[in-house]
Amino acid sequence: MPLLEAAGISKVFGKLTALDGAALTVGEREFHGLIGPNGSGKSTLMKCLAGALVPTRGKVTFINTDVTSFTPPERARAGMSLKFQITAVLPPLTLYDNILLALQAQSSLLDLAFSRTRGRLHEEVMTLLLQFRLADRAFDAAATLSHGQQQWLEIAMALACRPRLLLLDEPTGGMSLEERRVTGELLQPVKQHCSIVIVEHDLDFIRDICDRLTVLDQGKVLASGTVAEIQANRSVQEIYLRRA
Amino acid sequence: MSSTGTGIQPPPRVIEAARSPLMASAFAGRKKVLPILELALLIAASIAPLVLRDYITVYATRVLILCLFALSFDLVWGYAGILSLGQSLFFGMAGYGVALLSRDFGVGSIFAVLPAGTLIGFVAALLLAGFLLLGRHPSSVVFVSLGTMTGAYAADRLARGSHYLGGQNGIPSIQPMTIGSHELSEGPGFYYLVLAILVLIYLLSRFLLRSQFGLALAGLRENEQRIAFFGYKVQHLKAIIFAISGAIAGTAGSLYAFHEGFVWTNMLGVVMSTQVVLYVLFGGSGTLIGAVIGTAIVEGLSFWLSDNYRDIWPIILGVLLLLVILFRPLGLISLVLGERDRVGHFGPSLKEKRNAAP
Repeated sequence: MPLLEAAGISKVFGKLTALDGAALTVGEREFHGLIGPNGSGKSTLMKCLAGALVPTRGKVTFINTDVTSFTPPERARAGMSLKFQITAVLPPLTLYDNILLALQAQSSLLDLAFSRTRGRLHEEVMTLLLQFRLADRAFDAAATLSHGQQQWLEIAMALACRPRLLLLDEPTGGMSLEERRVTGELLQPVKQHCSIVIVEHDLDFIRDICDRLTVLDQGKVLASGTVAEIQANRSVQEIYLRRA
Repeated sequence: MSSTGTGIQPPPRVIEAARSPLMASAFAGRKKVLPILELALLIAASIAPLVLRDYITVYATRVLILCLFALSFDLVWGYAGILSLGQSLFFGMAGYGVALLSRDFGVGSIFAVLPAGTLIGFVAALLLAGFLLLGRHPSSVVFVSLGTMTGAYAADRLARGSHYLGGQNGIPSIQPMTIGSHELSEGPGFYYLVLAILVLIYLLSRFLLRSQFGLALAGLRENEQRIAFFGYKVQHLKAIIFAISGAIAGTAGSLYAFHEGFVWTNMLGVVMSTQVVLYVLFGGSGTLIGAVIGTAIVEGLSFWLSDNYRDIWPIILGVLLLLVILFRPLGLISLVLGERDRVGHFGPSLKEKRNAAP
């Protein structure tokens, strides 16, 4: 049984059909790349998976549960986590507090009011900060980080929710080559416990990190398979790889 | 899966890092200004009745009650980012409620009327929150601010038209509040009572806002959508803080009713709601102490200006308010408190960390 199964997903905005029966299947501990030309519906599909958008038609099943009509908090509690395309760290808060905010989301209100869980969560906060090479900045405001570091902080925050599935929308957007390489390294250990769906323009990055790929074109799935299969697929080469 | 949830056991250096003196100082440093300011104000407020003339002490009591009211607004706006433009609804409803208890049932014991007023504010806010905040999808700032404002406006009009509530004149000559057989009339006794309540509620709010719940509120204020994706039930958070704030406004409203000895429709309406917004903007939102300072200075200035510049004092006050908001958009408190200190941090205390370390 796959971890995530999205079938027949359509999303219509007025006259524009952004998704037209798209499908996606992600297994346990699988890194799945979602690629396609601009406007092919990658981000829309991502939002339908995360609950930021409700699909016009179709069904999203996550860990054997139909989550199609779940709100974002309900999906988060079910084990899905999203890193936004535009970084959405909380700038005036320290890095430490940004992570703690994500980690404590599942604590009860009473625990929050009496700060019962922050002592226990301290080590997890520091582990995540260390893992993402941000520990020495722990008590600076997130606003003071470079763009690349903010992206890492976001990924760390998304992971802090202890997801089974992490949805990454352009994790390397605006990063230098070196930062991209490091991002790939930082994501590798995540595979031990979590699947990832990545939307990304950088094909080298996608090739290096993903197990399987799904190619979207004009809201439909053009091809889906292992990286080697996709690379060998002629129609994909025609619409996408050549253009890129 | 490991207990850390990240799939990686914390390397020993994590624990070392957590215990390093550098990190300890990062926790312990800063935020020196705030406690000093709080303490200085408390001392000043405690000795004020001893040095002020009686009629000024009476005025100062009213100001302290308004400080409590301002605190309730800072809680929703400064901390949770909910722009409640109808805060007086809870203040006024509690005021009217206790006035009716006194008029119709002869109830005046402080142990009955203060809890009753607080409860009225709490329930009214909870009901309004249910209507304005608890939809399936988050409601916009404009919707909430217009909704709260309309609530206050409607209540004002209803009270004006109601014979039972005394119409335009409100409810006059409320009997004094009692503690046992002792009657509390305006003066130093009432002043210290209000000061004690203000300090107590201030400390409770401070405790709550610096807890992990306060961190969740900061997240709510900064990016409501983001924290929903962490799994926070943002509407519930909003409704809770809104109701707490309504309860505090209710406490203030009932004190106000008994201190003034009457209630009238302005207590419910838009005038009072706007006034409290001005106090908090002037002093600086999101610090609690800023709300107190703002109220004290605006009211103090009004008092002094109206004495000395009888005809044009509202203009002078208006210009002063504008100047502050123009040059100090974060309020007077930003003169002594930087942005970083204003937001604060929510990590564990050193003691909590020591307990957490294996």
